Amino acid sequence: MIEQWRGFTGSHWVDDVNVRDFIQNNYTPYDGDESFLAKPTEATDKLWGKLQELQHQERAKGGVLDMETEVVSGINAYGPGYISEELKDLEAVVGLQTDKPLKRAFMPYGGIKMAQEACTTYGYTPNPKFDQIFNEYHKTHNQAVFDAYTPEMRLARKNKIITGLPDTYGRGRIVGDYRRVALYGIDFLVAQKKADLANCGCGTMTDDIIRQREELADQIKALNAMKVMAASYGFDISKPANNAREAVQWLYFGYLAAIKTQNGAAMSVGRVSTFLDIYIQRDINEGTLTEAQAQELIDHLVMKLRMVKFARIPSYNQLFSGDPVWATLEVAGFGMDGRHMVTKNDFRFLHTLENMGPSPEPNLTVLYTSKLPENFRKYAAKISINTSSIQYENDDVMRVEWGDDYSICCCVSATQTGKEMQFFGARANLAKAMLYAINGGIDCKTGMQVGPKLPKITSEYLNYDEVMANYDIVLEWLSNLYVNVLNLIQYMHDKYYYEAAEMALIDTDVRRTFATGIAGFSHVVDSISAIKYAKVKPIRDENGIAVDFEIEGDFPRYGNDDDRADKIAVWLLKTFLTKLKKRHTYRDSEATTSILTITSNVVYGKATGSTPDGRKAGQPLAPGANPSYGAEQSGLLASLNSVAKLPYEYALDGISNTQTISPDALGHSEDERINNLVNVLDGYFDQGPHHLNVNVFGTEKLLDAMEHPEKPEYANFTIRVSGYAVKFIDLTKEQQMDVISRTCHKAM
Amino acid sequence: MKEGYIHSFETFGSVDGPGVRFIIFMQGCPLRCKYCHNPDTWKMNVGQKFDVDTVVKKALRYKNYWSKGGGVTVSGGEALSQIEFVTELFKEFKKNNVHTCLDTSGGTYRDDEEYRSLLDDLLKYTDLILLDIKHADSKCHKDLTGISNENILKFAHYLDEKKIPVWIRHVLIPTVTDSDEQLTAVRKIIDSLSNVQKVEILPYHGLGIHKYESLNIEYKFKDIVEPSAEQIAHAKKIIGAK
Repeated sequence: MIEQWRGFTGSHWVDDVNVRDFIQNNYTPYDGDESFLAKPTEATDKLWGKLQELQHQERAKGGVLDMETEVVSGINAYGPGYISEELKDLEAVVGLQTDKPLKRAFMPYGGIKMAQEACTTYGYTPNPKFDQIFNEYHKTHNQAVFDAYTPEMRLARKNKIITGLPDTYGRGRIVGDYRRVALYGIDFLVAQKKADLANCGCGTMTDDIIRQREELADQIKALNAMKVMAASYGFDISKPANNAREAVQWLYFGYLAAIKTQNGAAMSVGRVSTFLDIYIQRDINEGTLTEAQAQELIDHLVMKLRMVKFARIPSYNQLFSGDPVWATLEVAGFGMDGRHMVTKNDFRFLHTLENMGPSPEPNLTVLYTSKLPENFRKYAAKISINTSSIQYENDDVMRVEWGDDYSICCCVSATQTGKEMQFFGARANLAKAMLYAINGGIDCKTGMQVGPKLPKITSEYLNYDEVMANYDIVLEWLSNLYVNVLNLIQYMHDKYYYEAAEMALIDTDVRRTFATGIAGFSHVVDSISAIKYAKVKPIRDENGIAVDFEIEGDFPRYGNDDDRADKIAVWLLKTFLTKLKKRHTYRDSEATTSILTITSNVVYGKATGSTPDGRKAGQPLAPGANPSYGAEQSGLLASLNSVAKLPYEYALDGISNTQTISPDALGHSEDERINNLVNVLDGYFDQGPHHLNVNVFGTEKLLDAMEHPEKPEYANFTIRVSGYAVKFIDLTKEQQMDVISRTCHKAM
Repeated sequence: MKEGYIHSFETFGSVDGPGVRFIIFMQGCPLRCKYCHNPDTWKMNVGQKFDVDTVVKKALRYKNYWSKGGGVTVSGGEALSQIEFVTELFKEFKKNNVHTCLDTSGGTYRDDEEYRSLLDDLLKYTDLILLDIKHADSKCHKDLTGISNENILKFAHYLDEKKIPVWIRHVLIPTVTDSDEQLTAVRKIIDSLSNVQKVEILPYHGLGIHKYESLNIEYKFKDIVEPSAEQIAHAKKIIGAK
């Protein structure tokens, strides 16, 4: 072994890039409790204090502290930057996206119009030369997509039946295996990619081979650029990291290259915790690192992840409220060999929420199974109860699909680290599609013929068979159009906004998934149930368009563990995915779907007319796979059991479920609360569902935070929304109201 | 098959017995506690009827969540008002190895052979009883709940005799049950029993008021405020709550 790999065992990872093999050979499972954890160091307190000051200024300035107007972002667009000049020697992990903390870079490649609008929205004027450069000399992704869109696609987009599309921003969701930078150093990685380039194709220049060769060349350039960037901070990352401090730093440089070049909707960090523990453990054994120093390293890395910023436009912020970046980072999980993968470092990452308070970023995700050590499950529950900042995903169902080294690439969606990339594709509004089925393909909001021209349903009461026959036709049309819109977007993104830095840290022979999504899920389920089990009478306008519905009688609703409704939910998911899977997907990718909506459920709801389940026009859709507002009549566990019936295999892109429990409903004492939350998590995840966001607070706290956002205790008050966390006071009033109106499970 | 009137179910109860609990709220109660937050469960012989099998099947859907000490709690209303139904229910639950817990005021207890034989039957299948002592003084008890407390105390001692584990719960209502004298008297009752596993103070809250409005019943505790943290701590100390 070379000096940097002293003490490590295993052989496969030595010859080839194989981080998983390295981890499996070298990690130390930890079964103990949290008592070993260290408090923040003085350096951490000082830096975090400074950063909080900056965050405070950022909020006071309307959400943006500073913006670039002169420099186009790139791996080496700037020299080194620090949180603060006078504290820079305290930073255990260095590197900023721009030259100043929280300053947002100018990133035009996703769309020059959006980059300019983001500046002007916040009172900045980008250099006018960019207008000419990116319109006349060079095209950007957004322009290219709109050049190629068909009239039908534009119409569907305008009417928001397909919505939130990454045609105005980076698609994100690609997780570079940033651990590779630490384990191998850049030179080894360049050599591997050069070998891949030499073996790319047999000499016949097909489109695929030409594209692959060009991409490989870009990847190699990106790797070399990372070396230059690191050198500007005084580090030589050409060789492997020699200790924990370097491993954290090397890894972060890899990630920094990604967030300097891409403004993707999700910029995940990946599954780094167990990996880094190996280095920390080695240093501790060698006597060169104390627990306090180890915690400081993790605290400072997390601090950097709390600082990631992108310049966004108002319409983007409506979709993804609260300035999220999905710097998603995983802890725990189980290995294929039957050992759990909890290490001391998994405690350290969760502990950052105690050392530096609650925070939405990084999007800390516990890969959960009831087989994890009890000490860890209890500690995670405790952190949930105190901070509402973490989410849980079911390792038992994901491990089957993705092995034991997957990362979460967005809010909840899994991807094999370093082996896979995902084409992110937003959502189709299936609630709106239901209205098209009733209204002959006419959008009741705009009066336009958007969907297939079907005979309108004219009967006094909706007939189940008639509606379902039409719905099938609409879903067939929608799935086809949707996949084709995405094919076009992904093609242009590859061409004009290729993720060279991230792809450089992923195997050349990459598996691609094609991620679609469903919005309005629970409303469709309840609508179908209402039509089937009650009597639904459309209220029609002068053009015969159903604009509202009256429901006579009762019907089962999704969210009560009632099979009559829950079976409709399963049917809907399977039906839509089956229709998607029939289509040709770009670059031989595998079509998947999701039931998650982020905070976009509010905007999507605005664009959706009244639905036959009783939801009124304009009201928010229920988020993700959550049951509709007010539908849950049987308590938390009935709701969880309903969601647990959705088969993960049919929604490999993720099924997000967000629940809020009042502390009093969890138990009288802290011990009771911790034990009961663990019981809930175990009981839920053992049934095979995918995801759970856990919030622990009462509605009163939300109301008070909405009224008094200036109170210091609310500055970092974090809540989980569909698939991510957000500071409550950063949400729009509308979204705050939406969160408040959702079911909070209280003590009876 | 026995049927019972049930007001509602809660799939996630965590404060009525140990662990995560499925709670069955029975319909009907002979007491009229002035602070009751479920006045909609007072009326007897109304509402939805369920048979034992349906309820057991419903509850067992949540067995997953009970692995560490959870189970089923029958509450109310007054669960003992439908004692034969509850007995059948618990019998079925015990067949399925479910921990059973009865949340009761003991207000239906009668000191006679007939009642005791019914009760003995139920106790065979009951793992734990949550017993409310609402006031130590019988007159005050009657004023607060509509009935005196003699039979309730006899019930407590009968459970002691039968060695049935009990959690004693006492609702702390400022100006009504919070005097040191009253609390000390409750403590004395508790100390006279040998089967008490846990003592809980339940702070009064006014969350049920809206139900009174919709039921058109006068709410007599409008002016009573919820106890402060200090009052709660003080009461816990006297009563020996853990």
